[in-house]
Amino acid sequence: MSSPDIQKSRWQRFTDNDIVYSFVTTPSAMVAALIAFIAIAAAFAAPLIAPYDPFDPAQISLWDGKMPPAWVEGGSPAYVLGTDNQGRDMLSTILYGGRISIVVGITAVFLGMLLGVTLGVISGYFGGMVDTVIMRMADVQLTIPGILVAILINGIGRAALPLELREDFAIYVVIVAIGLTDWPQFARVARGATLVEAEKEYVQSARVIGLPGWIIMIRHILPNTMRPILVIATIGLALAIIAEATLSFLGQGIPPTTPSLGTLIRVGNEYLFSGLWWITFFPAISLVILVFAVNLLGDWMRDALNPKLR
Amino acid sequence: MKIAKLLATSLVAMTAAGAVSAENVMRWTSQGDALTMDPHSQNEGPTIAMNGQIYESLVTRDAALVLQPELAESWTSAPDGWTFNLRKGVKFHDGSDFTAEDVVFSFNRAMHEASDFKEQAKNVASVEVIDDYTVKLMTNGPNPILPNQLTSIYMMDKGWSEANNVVNPQDFKANEESFAVRNTNGTGPFILESRAPDELTVLNKNPNWWGNGQFPGNLDRIEYRPISNAATRVAALLSGEVDFVLDPPLQDLKRIEGAAGLQVKTVAQIRSIFFGMDQGVDELRTSDVKGANPFKDQRVREAFNLAIDKKAIQRVVMEGLSFPTGMITPPGVLGNTPENDPSYGFDVNKAKELMAAAGYGDGFQIQLDCPNNRYNNDEKICQAAVAMLAKIGVKVNLDAIPKAQHFPKIQKRTSDFYMLGWGVPTLDSHYVFSYLLASEGSWNATGYNNARVNEITDLITTETDIEKRTALIDEAWTLVRAEMPYVPIHHQVLAWGMTDKVDVPIASDDAFRPRYTVMK
Repeated sequence: MSSPDIQKSRWQRFTDNDIVYSFVTTPSAMVAALIAFIAIAAAFAAPLIAPYDPFDPAQISLWDGKMPPAWVEGGSPAYVLGTDNQGRDMLSTILYGGRISIVVGITAVFLGMLLGVTLGVISGYFGGMVDTVIMRMADVQLTIPGILVAILINGIGRAALPLELREDFAIYVVIVAIGLTDWPQFARVARGATLVEAEKEYVQSARVIGLPGWIIMIRHILPNTMRPILVIATIGLALAIIAEATLSFLGQGIPPTTPSLGTLIRVGNEYLFSGLWWITFFPAISLVILVFAVNLLGDWMRDALNPKLR
Repeated sequence: MKIAKLLATSLVAMTAAGAVSAENVMRWTSQGDALTMDPHSQNEGPTIAMNGQIYESLVTRDAALVLQPELAESWTSAPDGWTFNLRKGVKFHDGSDFTAEDVVFSFNRAMHEASDFKEQAKNVASVEVIDDYTVKLMTNGPNPILPNQLTSIYMMDKGWSEANNVVNPQDFKANEESFAVRNTNGTGPFILESRAPDELTVLNKNPNWWGNGQFPGNLDRIEYRPISNAATRVAALLSGEVDFVLDPPLQDLKRIEGAAGLQVKTVAQIRSIFFGMDQGVDELRTSDVKGANPFKDQRVREAFNLAIDKKAIQRVVMEGLSFPTGMITPPGVLGNTPENDPSYGFDVNKAKELMAAAGYGDGFQIQLDCPNNRYNNDEKICQAAVAMLAKIGVKVNLDAIPKAQHFPKIQKRTSDFYMLGWGVPTLDSHYVFSYLLASEGSWNATGYNNARVNEITDLITTETDIEKRTALIDEAWTLVRAEMPYVPIHHQVLAWGMTDKVDVPIASDDAFRPRYTVMK
């Protein structure tokens, strides 16, 4: 241990990090990361690896509709996971649908984070009336179940749009609805971290030399709130994907012409009674695996980034 | 001991209360609610069927679609009109008498510009009051089928309508609200107790109805709760939450039949499903073709007809429960013939050639307007059509919306390409011509305008020679078949799901008739 850091290569310095150490010694984290990575990579590579383009109606044949998975009697090797009621390949629709779910999840969390962290840091830094107003708003929103808030915002957003734009903008409305539901979590954590940091000497001295408040907030406080924010962002991603699926399942989210996983589950649900289980089962299991992996990752990150739990 | 006694008495009281409430309550569901309770505002199947439990017409049809007297006891024809003898002692739900004055008022109301029944009411030139209980409906020349054309024209109370400022029908297209939209005052067997549109409508038996004791029906209360999700509708029937589902999804019929205590009834319906193409305007609203309307070219219309695989829709979407067709009116209606009924067939290659010949070899874009809570698998048929038309290069943007927003697009003639289904309560082609094929027809959003078809629509209103009349109807249908203003898909097959506790007589007009419904 005599060799100083300078002599190590960049890679060695990177792997020497306590987070990386925690990662390589936690098998569940590695498995979760692997699954999440595969899911996200597969979703984004959908146009390259999917056998069909489910959004291109010219590739769909109604005569192939309602076909079971390949290994079930009546199935065809051309459609490994079977087809839906319109003759779309399930595997391809899941890949494309997963992509929409993940994009919606990530952008919604990012939106919530942007809003929540901004308000949280402002709230913690200024205190007083500003703090009271912002945090009471967050409290009020937290008393109402998130999904109801999302349905409300989504409903207003849709009603505000003219009919012909509703389908095209549905995805943005959903992102905004989930993002606006998420922010109180971020605001609370950011505020807590800000309160702690604001008392520290380096912030005090920055104030003394007369730096304006916004520079102190962005340059000094914000970077130090990022660790806990990262943890709730990861867990928030899983929740956002679920929220999107819930909205879509209720018919309030992504339209069936460009389905997300939630929309696929909803469409398939209509066929459960008639025994076409695969239309709803495969999207549902994909959603479960995706959310489970992201959740595990978030759990591990919470443990690894929290010194008290180590 | 005291407590035990108290318990015993309260138990007795509870059973007694239970016995009182053990009336025949029929709970039923379907995918879409009646659009309005104003009986002259929307000529739409479920709306007419719902209002028909509260309001009555002079003449009605039973479940076998045979004409039956309702508010008129008998009628006789003359060359200049028909005389109807009204039923005496009939009272509206608010207690006022039903008289000839109300008949005059109701016909005037049904002829009003905002009425959706004006095509039917126009068969009556004027109403002449002979005495309080006799009216003569004057016609422009002889009308051999007038009673057939009156079955959906419901009678309203003049006094009530005037008092509540609903002398004119609600203008549905203009989103008008009026007292009659949520309140009713009919003469029918049921009284509206409460109505929450798209949620719950409760009807109670009318104890003063003229027909009490004359019909087999024994319902005391009807609770109608629309459920838009097909799977939820079936689940409600399977779990016993409802007694009757008007439109169970076709893919679930086997499951319902297999469940203990449930049954399915099917019958060929008097309803055809088709797409309309606006060939009237000079430029389509939703297409990328500018300065021209591709639908004006008959080759394009033929290509659309050939590109849709009606048999695949029958097999995969409808589970076999449909009859592919080349005509927009079904067998059972005078005018449907074996010559005109067969489908145009399915031939993608020929369709592509026709598109190329018309100058649209690369296809074009268009929006398809489709209801998603009206016909059997309506949205799924549209989705299938999107994929089929893509194969001849037509990029279809599907807009599937609830019927309450879909139908105004057709009536305002603002749709380029739309799905519509048409039932024929009169069982006569005149009804189809006057609404869908005559250039002025209020549901003809295709802009189809053929002078001879217009002429025949008028001629058959007064032609009494059955043979000549039938020949005219045939001639018009042959013209329509050649010019293809529509893309006919199929005639629907009706399937109703119900518990063994109720016997609902199935009717090919898809109307639930409570007066014939028996609860065990």
